Amino acid sequence: MVNGTVIPLEVRDLNAWYGTRQVLKNVSLAVRPNEILGVIGPAGGGKTTMLTCLNRTLELAGGRSEGIVRIEGESVDKVDPNELRRRVAMVLPLPVGLPMSIYDNVAFAPRMVGVTNRRELDEIVERCLTQAALWDEVKDRLDQLGTRLSGGQQQRLTLARALSTEPEVLCLDEFSIAIDPVTTMRIEAVLVELKKQISIVLVTNLLQQARRIADRTAFMLLGSVIEEAPTEELFEFPKDKRTHDYVNGKFG
Amino acid sequence: MNGTDVRTAEQATAASPSPTTVAFADLASRRRTESLAGLVLLGAAALAAIPALAIVGLLIVRGAPALSLEFLFGMPLHGMTAGGIFPAIVGTLWLVGVSLAFAVPVGVLAGIYLSEYAGEGRVARIVDLAIVNLAAVPSIVHALFGLGAFVLFMRLGTSILAGGLTLGVMTLPVIITSTKAALQSVPHSFRLASWNLGVSRWQTIRHIVLPNALPGILTGIILQVSRAAGETAPILFTGAAFYLPILPDDVRMQSMALSMHVYALVTQIPDVPLEMKYGSALVLVGTVVLLNSFATVLRYYLRRNRKW
Ligand SMILES: Nc1ncnc2c1ncn2[C@@H]1O[C@H](COP(=O)(O)OP(=O)(O)O)[C@@H](O)[C@H]1O
Ligand SMILES: [Mg+2]
Repeated sequence: MVNGTVIPLEVRDLNAWYGTRQVLKNVSLAVRPNEILGVIGPAGGGKTTMLTCLNRTLELAGGRSEGIVRIEGESVDKVDPNELRRRVAMVLPLPVGLPMSIYDNVAFAPRMVGVTNRRELDEIVERCLTQAALWDEVKDRLDQLGTRLSGGQQQRLTLARALSTEPEVLCLDEFSIAIDPVTTMRIEAVLVELKKQISIVLVTNLLQQARRIADRTAFMLLGSVIEEAPTEELFEFPKDKRTHDYVNGKFG
Repeated sequence: MNGTDVRTAEQATAASPSPTTVAFADLASRRRTESLAGLVLLGAAALAAIPALAIVGLLIVRGAPALSLEFLFGMPLHGMTAGGIFPAIVGTLWLVGVSLAFAVPVGVLAGIYLSEYAGEGRVARIVDLAIVNLAAVPSIVHALFGLGAFVLFMRLGTSILAGGLTLGVMTLPVIITSTKAALQSVPHSFRLASWNLGVSRWQTIRHIVLPNALPGILTGIILQVSRAAGETAPILFTGAAFYLPILPDDVRMQSMALSMHVYALVTQIPDVPLEMKYGSALVLVGTVVLLNSFATVLRYYLRRNRKW
């Protein structure tokens, strides 16, 4: 509990393995209500693996974890994995338009849980595409294939799709890695707007991105969280030398 | 100017021809190699096509005169030395129908299991290996298996059911492998995106993977249909009748079949007019070619409509 409110997502002493290789070591993190938690660190440090523990997709990648992950105070092991994945939405690094129309892309997940009413689906599609800052560009061609959009548009489509399940927590894994700077800035603006309603975990390879929009930032290295602090503090006055080296670009 | 000259970069710059000229000379010789390779490959392709065209040509020239409505839709007469081949055509349809009814559901489900559920474990690899080997088993061995398993052990007798099942077993491995290959050609990222939306494994298969793999699955099935229609050995002791001038109306009956009929006309019965032999073979080959062309057109058409 922080200030009497339930913590949307909490990770405590989390360990994870692929086979016998341990890639997360006693990771503890908390995502507070209506904040963006940035996660930075060099490649291979376990950021993606940590995200897959949050919605239990680690199992699908052939990994295994031990430790506590709680969503609104409830252990994720007690939640049906598919329900959990609707509550903890995930945007992956590379944009993926599903091979169906733009409309169907966004309506897909709601349909799979039984929403069939056309008006209701129309509303969901418009709301999510608007939230993802894509509505104006595609509203006249919703029946076009999602796979034919540009990379930047597909990433916003991916975001709209992630929002279609009305998640409580939105996780993004290096979402800007394959898209143009303009789209990146637009999505950043979207995230700042979204955090008024939900909590966001933003794994990013761009230090400046964390600096621009993360409220707090965690630095991960070799499977451990080295330091977690309000973003400005982490960048300006890091407590750990390794954090200092990384945020100042002195990392080998 | 010598294109085969081997030079280090330094020598090349020091010597009189500029690097650009050397590059152009290389390009010219590469073009020559390129067109030579093209010619050789074209020759090989022609060599492969000639027998096929020759067979079809011969069948058409010799067999076409036999073709008539009466030949296609009539009953055989006078110990098959006259009349039509209708019971054989109908029999082949029955046999192929039964084989599909067995092999398509089993093969597609097995393909789905192997592609989507089995993973990469040792069991999956052994099953894979078994299927690949099964696909290489000669059809006469399938025939003996069918005789033992369906005709005798399951007491189905020599019947359309036993013959169809034998054909089904023969086509099964290829249907499984082509289904699996078609499913695996659907990018993994689609599945991952779907799972991450909380869509279950089966729903993901049903709504994302299968629809996009359907073209490949269908083509695999059609090619096996034409194979089942063309084979003689598997139905020899299991379902096909030598001479049975009635139309089957029950899978427990025996029936004539096109492939068997051609075999019988050519080797077993004296005094069959030559054009009848060729005519029957033409109908058989025509059916197979038609099915294969259909598969090719279908594949082309569906490829063009690929959604990614
Ligand atoms: N599916 C997997 N199987 C085996 N090892 C993996 C798998 N995914 C990631 N790893 C390994 O786990 C470590 C952490 O990777 P990852 O979580 O992707 O780090 P990051 O996202 O910070 O780059 C890396 O050493 C990586 O090689
Ligand atoms: Mg990563």
